[in-house]
Amino acid sequence: MSKRSNKESAVERKGAVQKGLENLGAKFCEEIDEGVFPWVEMKSRSTDNIFYSPEYRQYILGDKTVRRSARVISHLRPFTQMVWAAYFVHELLQQKKTSTLRDVYYSAQAFDMAFQDQSESDNIITDLETSIESPRESFNVFPEERSAVFGDLTIQYNVPGYENRRTNLSSHPDGMMIGPALTESQFVETSAERVIVVEKGAMFTRFVEERVHEKFNSILIYTAGQAPRSTRYFIRRLNKEMGLPVYVFSDADPWGMHIAMVIISGSANAAHLRQLTTPDAKWAGVWATDIEGYKLPSEQLNEIDVKRLRELKNDPRYTGGLWQREIDAFVESKRKCELEAFSRYGLTHIVDKYLPERLSELS
Amino acid sequence: MDATEAVGILPDVYIRLTMDGQNGANETYTLRVMDNGSGIPAHQMPLALGQFLFSSKYKIKQARGTFGLGGTMTILYGQITTNKPVIVTSGTGTSRIVEYKLMIDIERNRPIILDRKIHVNPLKDGERWHGTIVELHLGKGSYAQASAKVLEYLKQTAIVNPYANITFVDPKGRLYKFNRTVTQIPPPPKETDPHPHGVDVETIQRIIRSTNARNMYDFMRRNFHRVGDKTAAQFLKAANIPAKTNPKRLKPEEIVTLVQKMKEFEGFLPPDASCLSPLGEDLLRAGVLKELEPEFVAVRRRDPATYLGHPFIVEIAIAYGGKVPARDEVLLYRFANKIPLVYDESGDVCWRIVRSVNWRRYNVAANMPVAVLIHLCSTKIPYKTVGKEILSDQAEVSKEILNAIREVARELALYLSRKERVRRQVRRLNVFARYLPKIAQFSAGLNGVEKPPETDKLYRSQQVFKEYATKDEFAESEPFDSRLYKTVLVHVANKHEANAVNVRVLGMAGSQWTELIPESTLTSGSELYETLRGIFKQVKVQVKSSKPGKEGLIDAIVDGVSE
Repeated sequence: MSKRSNKESAVERKGAVQKGLENLGAKFCEEIDEGVFPWVEMKSRSTDNIFYSPEYRQYILGDKTVRRSARVISHLRPFTQMVWAAYFVHELLQQKKTSTLRDVYYSAQAFDMAFQDQSESDNIITDLETSIESPRESFNVFPEERSAVFGDLTIQYNVPGYENRRTNLSSHPDGMMIGPALTESQFVETSAERVIVVEKGAMFTRFVEERVHEKFNSILIYTAGQAPRSTRYFIRRLNKEMGLPVYVFSDADPWGMHIAMVIISGSANAAHLRQLTTPDAKWAGVWATDIEGYKLPSEQLNEIDVKRLRELKNDPRYTGGLWQREIDAFVESKRKCELEAFSRYGLTHIVDKYLPERLSELS
Repeated sequence: MDATEAVGILPDVYIRLTMDGQNGANETYTLRVMDNGSGIPAHQMPLALGQFLFSSKYKIKQARGTFGLGGTMTILYGQITTNKPVIVTSGTGTSRIVEYKLMIDIERNRPIILDRKIHVNPLKDGERWHGTIVELHLGKGSYAQASAKVLEYLKQTAIVNPYANITFVDPKGRLYKFNRTVTQIPPPPKETDPHPHGVDVETIQRIIRSTNARNMYDFMRRNFHRVGDKTAAQFLKAANIPAKTNPKRLKPEEIVTLVQKMKEFEGFLPPDASCLSPLGEDLLRAGVLKELEPEFVAVRRRDPATYLGHPFIVEIAIAYGGKVPARDEVLLYRFANKIPLVYDESGDVCWRIVRSVNWRRYNVAANMPVAVLIHLCSTKIPYKTVGKEILSDQAEVSKEILNAIREVARELALYLSRKERVRRQVRRLNVFARYLPKIAQFSAGLNGVEKPPETDKLYRSQQVFKEYATKDEFAESEPFDSRLYKTVLVHVANKHEANAVNVRVLGMAGSQWTELIPESTLTSGSELYETLRGIFKQVKVQVKSSKPGKEGLIDAIVDGVSE
């Protein structure tokens, strides 16, 4: 079994973010000294500046920019909040600590910088992401949601107290939580040849029990529904840094389909970021056509499902042949089913029959 | 009030209400009203107060009452509810004072004189007392319930009679004083003949009874306002009435026709306003300032106009802030011939007009302390009901009221928008003051330096006077270096609890100090906020006491923003 190892360093990337924040501070100081109101320019995130890029296979921001300046009275508060946020996350980076959006909201109050509500502080963090063009995970602000990973991947921690310590992600059968420490760790080596992503905890556990990681030489990831940003970032790293193909398994309905799509092409909300998508990942099922093909027990689509399908049909991310074919199949059959539907034919049916067939079909 | 104004005396009115007794829900009171008017001649006293429709005059002028009904009605009400007589005492400045005890014979509409006394009217400071005192008893009332309306009525009376002293002692012995703040009285109205467009059959009959004209031509030219020889002849020709007809021989139906023809004839000149006695803008402003103490007031006296042959003048004031209560809607005070109208507001045409105005266009929002005062002067107020509390919709009058409201509302709009501009400027400065130091602090932290950069080039706030006691001569603040700043705002607050100060602000342009804010008075507790226009090297504030020897206490701050 050949081992792959990592080329990109998480530590270097953090250093660049830190340097970028310091440069921002230096620019503001210089401007104030010269009697110029400090300002920043960033890409506009308004809906008229969000476009789908077939090249990047994700939503991106257009050329429109907004200039936020301390001279404009209506900008002054958000501008100050952003400078504070930059200062705060710079401190996090320096002290190698992590935080969450909720945490940022409360931390502000210690600096007499109270936000009206969390959506205001979330928005300021997004401004900062846009301005330095890096996801908040790169400045140690992590999502609250947690997901898990299991498989043969050796990582080396960067977080304080664990520096240079290594661990293998197959060491715990429940999987390891994809938290800040894991997201920012260095990927050392793996024998896996692919990544299999499932949206449901029950299926993840089944896969571990059925030794899918060994049978299919894979790293297993559980997203807990819509994948959190750090998980999307983690999947991207496995794909880009370790060169592993990614297969996503979700329920056979418009919502499951979209969980796969967000991992592949991202969301419009994150159009300002490039580091959260895995354009080469593949939606491996369950497809609408599988319901008939594998004779799976199914349910009638409801009105909201049908409405959602109509939206997806015209979504620029869904232009590919597979997507269009499956959307049409859903509309045609008016049926949906869940990953667990395979249990109709025994607990191991999905692993014994479906998985090998689908993986060979896609590779 | 009319009795004083007519003879140019500043009115002093004293009103005392005392509770005599209580029998279940039936409370009885004694009302004593005293004025310093010209007094009632002794021989007229019983008739003036003890008989309805005492007046036989047909000549007209603006007066608070019309037929003297109000006083007599009150006396009658007292008599019906308590069966007690009224005591009227009056002096006309002669050596005697006459006192009558009267009741009214309701069936025959005649006064019954129960008693008559003569008192000596002593000479005091070279003058003898003149005025009238009426003391009567009232039953079936409740001061507890009526007190709010009574006090409101008196306050509003004080607004439109700022030259009067009004004193009221209520049944609990509480003293309410509404003192005069001016000593001018509006010029009294001149008595005029009725205008032919404004007469009714009853008036014509009264004129016929008293005229000495022997033919219609004389009748017309002698007894009517704005009717001369030529107009009289033209009218009679147009109305097809022979000039030789004796007016005393007119049959009732002919009188009706005459009135009809008078109304139809378009050749009469409009009535003039000499029979009216408006307050005038200065007195109305004084009244509003005195009772409402507003932050802003605008007043307007419209030119005289006529409706149905009756001359009228509309006077309007608009007041903002001070004691004006903030309501959902603009507050309305109505007055007719210097009498406040306090009942049934919503039925009044004034109410409808005020509601019809789009106040937002004048920067007036809900819950703002804004009051509109409408004073209608006329020889005939177009009351809707016999209660004389609400005005009916007369197109000409309504038009004048609306135009007047628009005029003063425009002034208020300017004031409010200026106030809003200053408020925004102050808020703007506060925002700079609050956030710029933080930006400097966090930027320094990011940059890894300890000392934040100085933000003075962007924004500076300098206290140039701190709790400074003013002197009789102008004292100067330290100068504020304003070279860097596009916007400079001066804020001066008079913190003294009683004394006023005078303030002015100077700016250095070239090498000369020029006056940027001319000398203005800041009363106790008030503040001045002003944005300076133009670019100056330096700005300084000068202050002195408004009155010699009375020092004020001031704080002054100058802010500058380079934007």
